[in-house]
Amino acid sequence: MSGNGASSSSLNMISGEDVVNNNLTALVVDDSPLLRLLHDIHLKKYGLKVQVAENGKVAVDLFHLGASFDLVLMDKEMPVMNGVEATKELRAMGVTSMIVGVTSKDGPGEQQAFMEAGLDYCFEKPLTPEIIGILLEELNKHNKKD
Amino acid sequence: MDLAALKTQLKNFVQSMFEEGVLDNQFSQIQALQDSTNPNFVEEVITLFCNDAERIINEINRNLGYQNVDFSNLDSYVHQLKGSSSSIGANRLKLACANLRQASDERNKEGCLQALQLITCEYCLLRRKFQALLHLERSIVELETNQK
Repeated sequence: MSGNGASSSSLNMISGEDVVNNNLTALVVDDSPLLRLLHDIHLKKYGLKVQVAENGKVAVDLFHLGASFDLVLMDKEMPVMNGVEATKELRAMGVTSMIVGVTSKDGPGEQQAFMEAGLDYCFEKPLTPEIIGILLEELNKHNKKD
Repeated sequence: MDLAALKTQLKNFVQSMFEEGVLDNQFSQIQALQDSTNPNFVEEVITLFCNDAERIINEINRNLGYQNVDFSNLDSYVHQLKGSSSSIGANRLKLACANLRQASDERNKEGCLQALQLITCEYCLLRRKFQALLHLERSIVELETNQK
């Protein structure tokens, strides 16, 4: 895992029940219908309200239209607008949501470029329930700070 | 066959797919997501995966049919197939994708064609096994519905 806010060793594994918060919202941005379905179901199991977008432009447009999400799961390789461009655009718009990059196994250089676009964390896809649990714990901390 | 026997048969069948390396633990996680609120989740995921995989394999075939292969375009399709395979736990197909990616990186068209042949074989094997798995699942649901 790559992350700005915490290292993997400082993140404790927690169970889903500990972090269920029905007020949290998430946006899953991925061009793969399979990944959208899997991440959507995983997040819903934790009680999040989930919306999906098939590329970065759709995600950026949603924020332009006034939508807001606590968590954005952002794929890297997508048609129309990729995850790096979309993340840069969202940060330039002042979006402070936790944005988590979800990638296939790329070289460290590619992951670093994605992180530098403004991600909070970056994980290999698909996310496991354990990783989602960790993210939601971090999200709760993130929201308490705001 | 009674319900308990069918469930055992399904469990053993999936276990054999793990033992053959066809599937990995990611598939167990997908199975764990199926419950009364998502009773057809596994079938939905398998159908999405197969449609996606067939589309991508056709695109890879088309790309490798050109005299001058666009390796960057080819790599993008292999990347997608590897991601989908990894997401459903299709371990052997994922490994076959890695072979094609390597041949593509080396701009080795002959190597790419050989790797594509392996991908096609692995996909056909996986699809046959998924069809058998879904047949068992449907029989279980049918028996459970009849018993209610």
